[in-house]
Amino acid sequence: MFRFIARRLLQTIPVLLVLITASFLMLRLVPGGPFDSEKATTPEIKHNLEAYYGFDQPLHKQFFNYLGNIVLHGDLGRSTKYSNRTVNEIIADKFPVSLELGAWSLLIALTIGLSAGILAAVYKNTWADYVTSGIVMTGICVPTFVLGPLLVLAFAIHFGWLSASGWYVWQDRVLPALTLGIVYAAYIARLTRGGMLEVLGQDYIRTARAKGASETRVVLRHALRGGLLPVVAFLGPAIAGIITGSFVIETIFQIPGLGREFVNSAFNRDRTLILGTVMLYAVLIIALNLVVDVVQVWLNPKLKFD
Amino acid sequence: MIPPLRFSYLFVYFAGILLLSACGPRETAVERGNREQILSRGMGPDLSDLDPALATGTSDYTVLSALFEGLVAEDPVDLHPVPGVATSWDVSPDKLTYTFHLRANARWSSGDPVTARDFLSSWQRVLTPKLAADNASLLYLVQGAEAFNKGLVTDFSKVGFAAPDARTVVITLEHPASYFLSLLQHWVWWPVHTPTLEKSGSLYERGNRWARPETFVGNGPFTLKEWRLGQRIIVEKSATYWDAATVRLSAIHFYPIEDINAEERAFRSGQLHLTEALPLAKIDTYRATQPQLLRIDPYLGTYFYRINITRPFLNARDVRRALALSVDRDLLVKNTLRGGQLPAHAFTPPGTAGYTPQARIETDFAEARRLLAAAGYPDGKGAPVIELLFNTSDNHRVIAEAIQQMWRKELGLDVRLVSMEGKSVLAARRTGDFQIMRSSWIGDYADPLSFLSVWTGDSGNNYTGWSNPDYDLLLHQATRTDDSAAREALLQKAESLLLADAPFIPIYYYTHVFLLQPSVKGWSPTLLDHHPYKHVWLQP
Repeated sequence: MFRFIARRLLQTIPVLLVLITASFLMLRLVPGGPFDSEKATTPEIKHNLEAYYGFDQPLHKQFFNYLGNIVLHGDLGRSTKYSNRTVNEIIADKFPVSLELGAWSLLIALTIGLSAGILAAVYKNTWADYVTSGIVMTGICVPTFVLGPLLVLAFAIHFGWLSASGWYVWQDRVLPALTLGIVYAAYIARLTRGGMLEVLGQDYIRTARAKGASETRVVLRHALRGGLLPVVAFLGPAIAGIITGSFVIETIFQIPGLGREFVNSAFNRDRTLILGTVMLYAVLIIALNLVVDVVQVWLNPKLKFD
Repeated sequence: MIPPLRFSYLFVYFAGILLLSACGPRETAVERGNREQILSRGMGPDLSDLDPALATGTSDYTVLSALFEGLVAEDPVDLHPVPGVATSWDVSPDKLTYTFHLRANARWSSGDPVTARDFLSSWQRVLTPKLAADNASLLYLVQGAEAFNKGLVTDFSKVGFAAPDARTVVITLEHPASYFLSLLQHWVWWPVHTPTLEKSGSLYERGNRWARPETFVGNGPFTLKEWRLGQRIIVEKSATYWDAATVRLSAIHFYPIEDINAEERAFRSGQLHLTEALPLAKIDTYRATQPQLLRIDPYLGTYFYRINITRPFLNARDVRRALALSVDRDLLVKNTLRGGQLPAHAFTPPGTAGYTPQARIETDFAEARRLLAAAGYPDGKGAPVIELLFNTSDNHRVIAEAIQQMWRKELGLDVRLVSMEGKSVLAARRTGDFQIMRSSWIGDYADPLSFLSVWTGDSGNNYTGWSNPDYDLLLHQATRTDDSAAREALLQKAESLLLADAPFIPIYYYTHVFLLQPSVKGWSPTLLDHHPYKHVWLQP
């Protein structure tokens, strides 16, 4: 297993290198630069700005400087938009916020999704299944930018229990976590139901029942382990998506997370910030996929590390 | 055997919701603010920096004006210059030399007195080429400032700034400028505490981290308490401010909210006293149901279309005039925009420092058709397809579609709408890769020159390829003319020249549409949307 993990980690190095190079070059091809603004500056001022950020140097030199700073100092560079902040600082400031939002959402998604999925599978083709599946379909179909404002209208504006925006007290966290969580809960519920139904019909479940195992034990211990496989495969990329922040949720609820900053940095052509965030996302996705592969082998004895 | 499903599980969910409701409605930020004199406001996108030399965004004034004060300040009602750090000023008979007398009790938030040297070293910093301050050109009016900023002169004593003693600042201008005191209200002129800057880095390099709550020193009515990027800026009343007795607010909370719909929801849930903007679609609802919350103030800005006059077809003056004459602005303003905007028949907004353009581009379809025919395109026959470029936004699209219809119906022209994301539009503008593009101009200071200087041949903001030596000469003379009647005559002549050539199509003059709680007092409508916070207070 360790050889498997070590090999996978080594493979990430060329992947990251290709990613950085491609992103770096693509950013130069995009029309518009970080210093294009509504009101013009003089050519002299613009030249000085470019010199300060090193944009006046040949492209290959800029690239190797950038790479060198990352490898040697772990320095992702200075933001062109926020003149007194570094990219490291911005990510350190914003990533924990997205991470926390993601953690709460994931908790909600797993709690609702798993229980709804198991419920629907165990009570297949009863009213409980239909009601749950109906709610789940609604959850998948209603986009977050509709659900979020609706929840705000009800719970923040009409009842005044929770906050419409911000990120300070627990009342601020409920609605965004719920909005983000419900979408994932819906997917998890569908996958759990499907996975469970498949497993519940298998011979080893019948064997367990024949041996007199209680129904709770059959469902939660024997069936769930196999039934969760599709959910686990889904969770890898899903967790990466959920903790790296959602632009829509963070914008609707005015949460100072990395998702919002990432999209804004693209609008601002804040090249260093875009590159830094892209790399963070890449590392996270690679790492989480690795974790998923390991967990899948653990859950399914038929699979092996090769 | 599967146990029957119990309804009791559902109660767990309901119990959770009941628990929430037990919290009951909380005291909102607005209610608490009214009680404790804390103003909460939206401010548009977050600032790039709180350093007045480097701040560039449109919302920067909103926060910086709480933290700094220049030589002159603004009257809260009509923004005329009133004493700020300077108690008084003298102007030499040739109108070239301004002598400012600083008050003795002006203090930095660190307790140090605000001195003439502070101003001089701040201006030297702004003009130092290496700092690459975007707004340095706003100081070019001062003798030698431009040469110093462009690196042609390296001795700062050659620039027209002097400090004969700690409480006197003398500024010598290149030429007389009646708008100089208004110009001083731009934040790039405000002083910074250079000893503080030197402690946290170089004075003349970007990336100095002094403008952060831990190290911040300012001289305004408030001082920086918290700045969490993308979340909130808090300023609190400064104890060292010379006029602290006038300041009634105890703190201001600024919320950077890019999404105007989210801002409106925050306002409705009681989190904001005022918003930065309001979605067009919501104006009618507020007007009908809660007019006491809706504010529509005049605003010093023009919405217009630039025409690239280097392109065939558009290089014909008659064609441009025909396009400009066949835009029904009254209809646009009344039916499409609905936010109290004024139809624009010229470039400078009427009433800018007492100036109202006399030349006008009217709506005259018959004349437009005649001009187009005279240019060789009767009823649009033989005319190429025109591309109209705008940055992606519902508001811009609605206007573009209306104008597309007008040109098609009245002139028989085919117009293709092209929408691109903001920076791509700016790049197209820079490289001249457009035919007609949506544009706007917001005045830096209340003077017609802040508008008309856009169109000179050497202006970095022109972008149309249009230039006219007569126009440049008229503006050059107006800049140097002190007699206000003669100056106005020159400006009127320049503007009529401009409109006759029509390198652009005026569409409307902006208004500032926003929501305001009635508890906010002292918030007068001002042309530049400036509201000196020391005159604002909350009264439930």
